[in-house]
Amino acid sequence: MNLRRDVFQAIADPTRRAILLLLATQSMSAGAIAANFDTARPTVSKHLQILTECELLRQEQNGREVIYQLNPSKVKEVADWAEQFRQLWDDRFNKLEDIMKKYI
Amino acid sequence: MEQKTKIHAEENKQEIIITRDFDLPLALLFRAYVESEIVEQWMGTKVVKLESQKQGGWRFETSDPMGNVHVFSGVIHDILENSKIVRTFQMENTPFEPQLEFLDFESVSDSKSKLTMHVIYRSVVLRDQMLALPFAQGINMAHNRLQDIVEKLN
Repeated sequence: MNLRRDVFQAIADPTRRAILLLLATQSMSAGAIAANFDTARPTVSKHLQILTECELLRQEQNGREVIYQLNPSKVKEVADWAEQFRQLWDDRFNKLEDIMKKYI
Repeated sequence: MEQKTKIHAEENKQEIIITRDFDLPLALLFRAYVESEIVEQWMGTKVVKLESQKQGGWRFETSDPMGNVHVFSGVIHDILENSKIVRTFQMENTPFEPQLEFLDFESVSDSKSKLTMHVIYRSVVLRDQMLALPFAQGINMAHNRLQDIVEKLN
């Protein structure tokens, strides 16, 4: 599995972001999740599969149903994705500031 | 403590706004963007070309720890001293398309200045991918490290 590509795709897709948001407050069956979207059920299933493969979601068998829940530690990483972009720039700008202070 | 560097990225928009307050006079902040030797230091890159003029070209080369050379390049569309730079940015040999960057430099006081970087991407998906890149690279690096450790165990 290409871990980088999968997490990458998971967060780039608006439907998958909506699924993550939906599951933030409760665990849900695939059917209940699909009911929230206009997209075809197999499409939603594919999204759930991708999210599960990159460990953003966990599956749990409940009788005949599969229940999906968030994997909080992984989601925390995703929630930080923009934060890492910010830190990258913050580091660069801190360096710029330090270097230029020598010219004051 | 308030963060000095802020990122503003709205959902479903193909732009990012980066703002930063500097404890530097405006002229020094601007200088850090136009002098090759200074850009090299804070960007951690080799500056192959930096023509700080209208329709000037720029080209940076960075080597990663594996020895791969990454090339970044673009064109300076417009430049106004101590005020603004409008330029394109592209990572060569990647599927990412060029982005348009508007850099606005402002004086806040004699000793403080502010930079606003407005970056526009071709699509929302591309914007999100670029925003996620440091995160994705972090994941990839952690993954490689893990692999190194596991290989040593064998």
